[in-house]
Amino acid sequence: MNKRLFAVLSVLVLASMMLAACGPKGPVETAAPAGYECADEFRCVKIAPGEPIHIAYWGVLSGADSSLGEDSKRGVEVAIDDKGGKLLGHDILLTTEDAGCTPEGGATAAAKLASDTSLVGLIGSSCSDETVGGIAAISNAGLTTISPSNTRPALSAPDRGPDYAGYLRTAHSDAFQGKAVAEFAYNFLKVTKAATIHDGSAYAQALQQVFADEFAKLGGTIVAQEAVAKDATDMKPVLTTIAAAGPEFIYYPVFVAVGGYVTAQVRDVPGLESVYLAGSDGIFTADLLKGGGENTKGMYLSSPDFSAFTGDYAGFIAKHEAKYGGSTLSTFHAHAYDAANILFAALEKVAHVDDDGTVWVPLKALRDAIYATKDFAGITGNLSCSASGDCGAPVIAVYEIVNADPASWNPADAANPNPKKVWP
Amino acid sequence: MRTNLSERLLDLAVSVFMWGFRVLIVAVILIGTISTIQAGKYTSEQWIDFVVQGISQGSLYAMIALGYTMVYGILRMINFAHGDIFMTGAFGAYFLATWLNNTGFIDSNPLLGLLIPILFAMLVAAGIAMLVERIAYRPLRNAPRLVPLISAIGASFFLEYAFRGFFGPGVYAYPPINALDGEWQIFGIGIQKVQVVVAVSAAIMMAILYSIVMFTKVGKAMRAVSENKDTAALMGINVNSIIVSTFAIGAAMAGAAGVLNSLLFRQINFMIGFVPGIKAFTAAVLGGIGNIPGAMVGGLVLGIFESIGPSLFLEGLGIPRPYQLKDAIAYTMLVMILLFRPSGILGERLSTKKA
Repeated sequence: MNKRLFAVLSVLVLASMMLAACGPKGPVETAAPAGYECADEFRCVKIAPGEPIHIAYWGVLSGADSSLGEDSKRGVEVAIDDKGGKLLGHDILLTTEDAGCTPEGGATAAAKLASDTSLVGLIGSSCSDETVGGIAAISNAGLTTISPSNTRPALSAPDRGPDYAGYLRTAHSDAFQGKAVAEFAYNFLKVTKAATIHDGSAYAQALQQVFADEFAKLGGTIVAQEAVAKDATDMKPVLTTIAAAGPEFIYYPVFVAVGGYVTAQVRDVPGLESVYLAGSDGIFTADLLKGGGENTKGMYLSSPDFSAFTGDYAGFIAKHEAKYGGSTLSTFHAHAYDAANILFAALEKVAHVDDDGTVWVPLKALRDAIYATKDFAGITGNLSCSASGDCGAPVIAVYEIVNADPASWNPADAANPNPKKVWP
Repeated sequence: MRTNLSERLLDLAVSVFMWGFRVLIVAVILIGTISTIQAGKYTSEQWIDFVVQGISQGSLYAMIALGYTMVYGILRMINFAHGDIFMTGAFGAYFLATWLNNTGFIDSNPLLGLLIPILFAMLVAAGIAMLVERIAYRPLRNAPRLVPLISAIGASFFLEYAFRGFFGPGVYAYPPINALDGEWQIFGIGIQKVQVVVAVSAAIMMAILYSIVMFTKVGKAMRAVSENKDTAALMGINVNSIIVSTFAIGAAMAGAAGVLNSLLFRQINFMIGFVPGIKAFTAAVLGGIGNIPGAMVGGLVLGIFESIGPSLFLEGLGIPRPYQLKDAIAYTMLVMILLFRPSGILGERLSTKKA
């Protein structure tokens, strides 16, 4: 190496070491002013008068599944509007981080969020994969996130491990959803031979397995369990393999891209011309109709049961309509609204407000307060959070797509809902 | 002498290992195939379906692979933005076809409803490829080889995210051509009309391209530039314009492939070019990069292997959910070809090349 270059580099390295040594050690312990002593186990976030309270939403905001993330983000925004955009006298600042529905995207987004010391709380992620990739960074930074739409059972299992300490969800666990779909198929459609397809994601893999186990328990037979890559487009070979097993019911609880490709191609495969098709909440969106075309008509989708919501869902839909126009994009907006409100309630409970309006948010106390949520009157139900992070009210329904035109998508419409609830 | 001996021993060991590797792969494929066939799960119609599906997917790979191979043949560079050129063609056709569909034109003139978007997609793709060449590649023509490669990767990201910026991250659905629903009976076998149309159009397009390269003046000039740029220039060939037409022709094929892909799979979004682009690159290497018939053969071989492989030998080996490994088959083939026949199936005669 060139000698001069080497010298310059060494000076730079030394300088950066010295600068790092001067920097804060570990979590920032903001110096406490007279009157408030931060005694939190993690740290306190100080919000000076005039500064906003910063929360972040992380989830899938790009790619084929952006409807899922955008839908939840809107739920959070409506919740902020309902607060008048203010909390404890400060504006609420919502920023977003795209996690792309992949573990890698989740890890990147989480690393960015974890390094932002102005954040008090998080809503997200959208896809279970994002949480799998990112939750350790968030928990270790002392932050807490509430997911409106992760449904993989393991995320709130009692043995989920310390990385998940900062993770709760208002979505149901797929332990309920997979069981509901199995009961629907066996008892309502009266099929006995079912096949499943997953796309290798944490969500789809676990959900189809729960379905398969429950379906077998009811007395049905799983004739094929196949999987494709998440970016696969040609589904005809895998569907030909499935056709060879002769199912009456194909369950593919995947995401939008794969769901659209499977639906669009399934009827072209000999032997699958009249098989029942079913998916789940990951493809409960008008984008499925775009990708799947005419074949989506008559397809079944499981989702949280909107009619079982105990709160003012109609009121939420009215506000959503007024703010964004058109129908909701996916199925977890109400869960996101509830998640945001649980976070706000906990913030109001634990934050300390100085006389001059400065707000102190102790992060460990905030996390504990969220876990302590009990009988919280949300839209989706009366929510209580368990020690392993389950806050959801798991009531699942199965809907049937009655019109393949994406413009007709409106599950909340009273007269002509599409998709339409068929079970239970 | 000792070094000589140990070198020769090492050589021997390496070639024994390589031979062992070959035998192993062949054995794995054979064992898998035999046990699948013995299991008798699939009917012969289903095997034919696998092959037909492979051909329609493979002919798309072939069309895209042509662009890689032609540009490599002339510039010795890998145009990594080529997959995204395919995407731009699909988008262009989507907007035109949606408009035509809304006016009812596609239903009344299905043939024109198919051809006009294809032509338009070819124009769009060729135009964008010419811009990319002018902006991202030409200024770097005499730079070291890695430089245009990096520039190509940049161009790829630029195209992807520019289209995302313009048209959003969501999914668009190519309007269905109702006349292509259903099957045709060919030699007593029912085959999807769409698959037939895709394979036949791809074959026609590739025949046209091949005759352009072999029998026209431009084609002759392209071959001359590919042999030796400087000599071609001395012979009075305008090298720049030949390079531009190479990009344009390759991109037009990719644009047409974009439309055929949309007919097969419907969905269009800003990332649809990425995976087919890499697969087509694999196909181009498989067939022998720089070699036009090689790209066609490579595409078809790759498509058929991907379609038939998981059920033919992975399933027989007892691998659960074999379709997840479809991409692994493609990339294993790439590695194998690079190891054992770097010049590809229809290998370019490397001895005459300066590379």
